[in-house]
Amino acid sequence: MPKKTIREVIHDTIQDEMRRDPTVILMGEDVAGGAGCSGEDDAFGGAFGFYKGLVGEFGRERIIDTPISEAAYIGAAAGAALTGLRPIADLQFFDFLGVCFDQIYNQMAKFRYMFGGKSDTPLVLLSLVGAGLRCGAQHSQSLHPQVTAVPGLKVVMPENAYDTKGLLLTAIRDDDPVLFLLHKLQFENACEVPDEEYLIPFGQASFPREGTDVTIVAFSAMVQKAVAVADRLQQEGISVEVIDPRTTSPLDEEAILESVEMTGRVVIVDEAWERCSVAADIASIVARKAFGALQAPVMTVTAPHTPAPFSPVLEDLYIPSEDDIERAVREVVAYRR
Amino acid sequence: MTRRKTPSGPQLDTEQLLHAYRTMRTIRAFETRVGQEFEKGTIPGFTHLYSAQEAIATAVCMNLLDSDYIGSTHRGHGHSIAKGCDVKGMLAEIMGKATGLCKGKGGSMHVADLSKGMLGANGIVGGSAPLCVGAGLSAKTRGTRGVAVSFIGDGGSNEGVVFESMNLAVVLKLPVLFMYENNGYGEATGFSYAVGSGDISGRAGAFGMPAEKVDGKDFFAVYKAVKVAVERARDGGGPSAIEAMTTRFGGHFVGDPQLYRAKGEVEQLRREMDCITEFVDRVLKDKSVTRKALQQIDTEVDALIEEAVEEALAAPYPAPEELFTDVYKTY
Repeated sequence: MPKKTIREVIHDTIQDEMRRDPTVILMGEDVAGGAGCSGEDDAFGGAFGFYKGLVGEFGRERIIDTPISEAAYIGAAAGAALTGLRPIADLQFFDFLGVCFDQIYNQMAKFRYMFGGKSDTPLVLLSLVGAGLRCGAQHSQSLHPQVTAVPGLKVVMPENAYDTKGLLLTAIRDDDPVLFLLHKLQFENACEVPDEEYLIPFGQASFPREGTDVTIVAFSAMVQKAVAVADRLQQEGISVEVIDPRTTSPLDEEAILESVEMTGRVVIVDEAWERCSVAADIASIVARKAFGALQAPVMTVTAPHTPAPFSPVLEDLYIPSEDDIERAVREVVAYRR
Repeated sequence: MTRRKTPSGPQLDTEQLLHAYRTMRTIRAFETRVGQEFEKGTIPGFTHLYSAQEAIATAVCMNLLDSDYIGSTHRGHGHSIAKGCDVKGMLAEIMGKATGLCKGKGGSMHVADLSKGMLGANGIVGGSAPLCVGAGLSAKTRGTRGVAVSFIGDGGSNEGVVFESMNLAVVLKLPVLFMYENNGYGEATGFSYAVGSGDISGRAGAFGMPAEKVDGKDFFAVYKAVKVAVERARDGGGPSAIEAMTTRFGGHFVGDPQLYRAKGEVEQLRREMDCITEFVDRVLKDKSVTRKALQQIDTEVDALIEEAVEEALAAPYPAPEELFTDVYKTY
């Protein structure tokens, strides 16, 4: 089976879908690049080159470079979705959520409900989250809790190339707005990806490691770290189950609760801040619905309540590390009433 | 029926003139009754009336097909009626009833009917601009020759997303009409204070599209300007902007004491700025229609509104389980 990176999977999946369905379009800032310039056409292919070559095949009618106007083009994507297209809108950094949030939470998220179920909004907003590229406070945030909180939106956070393909196909064919959030440090990660089509349903967790002593629920780039910790602790006889919910909305509560019922111990790992977060949300769900099974306090490992720092020394401290995760796991395992 | 050309407008025959009258009268009667019902307490929330601006929505939508799109504002009842939304469904919606166009889940500020190309009233000022740019993009991409009209008030004209949307429409050369309705007030603040340049169409024109001002109380002037803009859009000529100068007979919302208006101002405007009176005077004077035909429409419209109110009042509220449906397609 061929190995592919997340970057290649994004490119190939969008290409396949655009070939299959003429209503799929891609729009955003520099999704091709070079418009109005005298040099190379397709100069960027997206800020990180995901879409390189697509404009050559589909033309500028379907690979649409927009001005730097996130509110207008994300809103336009919503309007286009409401009227017969399946737009994929690229938002270079999810930090830019701030300039187009109205289009997301007041418009696209609410159409179906406000209109009494009589409309579809099949739209994928593809964006990047996470710290680690030394980009500073406005290009490093993990803002998925802000959108997970909004009814009407679906939020997908794949962490490997295999899942990316199956989840992106589901997202593009979904009739509701989907926020598809990749981590900046991950898109060169490769794994085996089948050529044939497969769809991964939303709200279905995966289990990168199965174990019996403690449950780690981890998202996005944190999954790999959780797996590394699980493998390390396995050698000491501590059996760690790692759950990757893959989508924060809908959330596979059942998988998490079943695991906690078995292990009695849970550590939730997410790169977002903890206050009002997905991590805090899951902690609350576990406390309410698996209280009887808990043998230790619910632990969370998240970024501290600070903006993302620029200096590499500080940024490395900001991002939850394997050591942070391991410490939390050891603490819940050692906990005695 | 034979189509007879009239002096009232080269493109309008008697049937179309009567349609225009019926639409304007329906909007006026609807809004008057909504105001009364609101004061009686049968309409929850808040509601914003379109009275005085009827000629604009009517003239715009008479240039559109069901397959064309409009995006509306918080003051959206007139746009909805003009685009062909069912009056009974609208009234039930505004009363929060299960029989409403949106099953009672939208209300006055979210009336929508996608089957009529009505993409929703919008509770966010300026909210329809990017949506209509998207609808125009959709029409262009799918090759339907469809057009999207974004209604925006003078207040909404100051929203940043409206500026972004105009630029995007020009850059992508989309079939969009930015239809500004300058009624002189954004809530309780005057247009002359809030629009720095004092010139909405001039500002729109600076984005690189044809833009003009028209007299919003003159149905024929609006009709003519919109016809040119819509045909240009349909033929691939890109976006346009029109600023229709109008007024507001009511407050920002029903119940607004309007302390910001001069004493006697509204009474004077009702005498001097009534688009329906102006329309009637003109079509009677040039004998394009008969007074009897207009009276017949008055009777029918009043009966329709009465029936719509009675049916909406008698209609059931949504069942409790409706709270949880229509959030997502599948759950």
